[in-house]
Amino acid sequence: MKPSRLGKQLSALLFSAGWLGPFVFQVALLDIDICGPSIPKMMGLEGEQVHQSGSGWSPVYVEENLGVMSVGFLLSSPDDAVIWRGPKKNGLIKQFLRDVDWGEIDYLIVDTPPGTSDEHLSIVQYLSAAHIDGAVIITTPQEISLQDVRKEINFCHKVKLPIIGVVENMSGFICPKCKNESQIFPPTTGGAEKMCQNLNVSLLGKVPLDPQIGKSCDKGQSFLSEAPESPATSSYRNIIQRIQEYCDQRHFQEDSTIYEWNKNEVHV
Amino acid sequence: MGSPAWCWALRAARFPVGGGRAGRALRSGPSGGFAACAAPFADSASSSSRDEALRDKRARILSRGLPKQKPIAGVKQVVVLASGKGGVGKSTTAENLMRPLKNYGITCMSMGFLIEETAPVVWRGLMVMSAVEKLLRQVDWGQLDYLVIDMPPGTGDVQLSVSQNIPIAGAVIISTPQDVALLDARKGAEMFRKVHVPVLGLVQNMSVFQCPKCKHETHIFGADGVRDLAKTLGLDILGDIPLHVNIRETCDSGQPVVISQPQSDAAKAYLKIAMEIVRRLPSPPV
Repeated sequence: MKPSRLGKQLSALLFSAGWLGPFVFQVALLDIDICGPSIPKMMGLEGEQVHQSGSGWSPVYVEENLGVMSVGFLLSSPDDAVIWRGPKKNGLIKQFLRDVDWGEIDYLIVDTPPGTSDEHLSIVQYLSAAHIDGAVIITTPQEISLQDVRKEINFCHKVKLPIIGVVENMSGFICPKCKNESQIFPPTTGGAEKMCQNLNVSLLGKVPLDPQIGKSCDKGQSFLSEAPESPATSSYRNIIQRIQEYCDQRHFQEDSTIYEWNKNEVHV
Repeated sequence: MGSPAWCWALRAARFPVGGGRAGRALRSGPSGGFAACAAPFADSASSSSRDEALRDKRARILSRGLPKQKPIAGVKQVVVLASGKGGVGKSTTAENLMRPLKNYGITCMSMGFLIEETAPVVWRGLMVMSAVEKLLRQVDWGQLDYLVIDMPPGTGDVQLSVSQNIPIAGAVIISTPQDVALLDARKGAEMFRKVHVPVLGLVQNMSVFQCPKCKHETHIFGADGVRDLAKTLGLDILGDIPLHVNIRETCDSGQPVVISQPQSDAAKAYLKIAMEIVRRLPSPPV
């Protein structure tokens, strides 16, 4: 989820891609940014179409175990503007969830547009029965972004959506010539770290600015494969691991709760 | 012999009397009449003007359901800042543009003044539309030469509501040079075209970063992407704003760079953009 163009879509994409190895998980990426669907371009899937079969819509597969769905695949041209009001966007999101044949997947990652509006309400409502594991909130270090992130965190509390943690993106830039580190988006109020401490939310990690990230996105290549030595790559991989640990922990707790409940049933 | 007469009756019902090649062929005699019957719909000039008339009628009927544009009392011209993509610097640009455009001091209105800082506004489109309507019409703007509207990212409810409810003098689209941002900037431009709002030009933001230590320049988000898009769309570049730590820091502290450091390169860049906007706006209504 969350504020503005702070690297959400890229993060969603990289999390999906990062999940692919070394363990082979089945991952699906659902892009519900109806007005600004950049996932197809970032994954090199521009021009791909969605196919319909008896079992429903088929997601577009980047790898055998990574399927993607976006409104971008339904447009006749990538430049077509989708100028829809809320009810129509909600209708499409419902279709994505109901009609797409995702198959058996381990992780479904949903990339949301900026803000806290129709799309966010709808996805939380429609997936409430499926128990969303949690939300990852992306921000930059500056106060203007953190202001919106605090609202996002409150939104999650209001709709009882667990928060896995916050990722601080564009956290520092290392000059390729002199290796001096600059804070382009300075953490004038302590950055995401201070905010997470104040609000009792986990800081999953900090990702530095790397021009190669933007280039890979524009070319539709995987940054993690193109620049495996970049500090940003290791940051992403650490963040993915922490998200996986959170999800595993959550499932273990849920299984334990079910077992306890079953035990009580037997005694009664 | 009844057939040519039948064709004539059919033709007269479809086209004005005496018009078109088929009409002339009919009047020339029975054989001409048969030729006319063989190609009764061949008159492409009339059929395309007829199609246009039908399209206009359809648009007029559809527009009956749409809100009527009504200017805001006291406001001469409205300029909207949009982007398509989020996080490209619309709000920062809006803040820094308002200073050079001001004539009588700044009035500013935002949902941020009506709610607590950390309270999320979790509203569906209809409520957002109603709030936007109130922010536009139920605020005592006084007499303004320019009202600058900072739009949220996207091409949804807010953009449609604003475009349909008030006459907009021009739209400025802000983008970073990255392809994924430009994709959405292009959609924004397309949207404004559809709702008949003139696009004054594009602003390239976060174009280049200069290392404060060695002065080496890095194009972190790509180079010149916005210029290329402007060429493709036939739009002008209103200005180019570099990535500068000052802009971010002064924004966070509530002292936009055009006020706190008016001699800086960043402030001069914003001033230039404001002048370009004013130059391109149509003459204000009397």
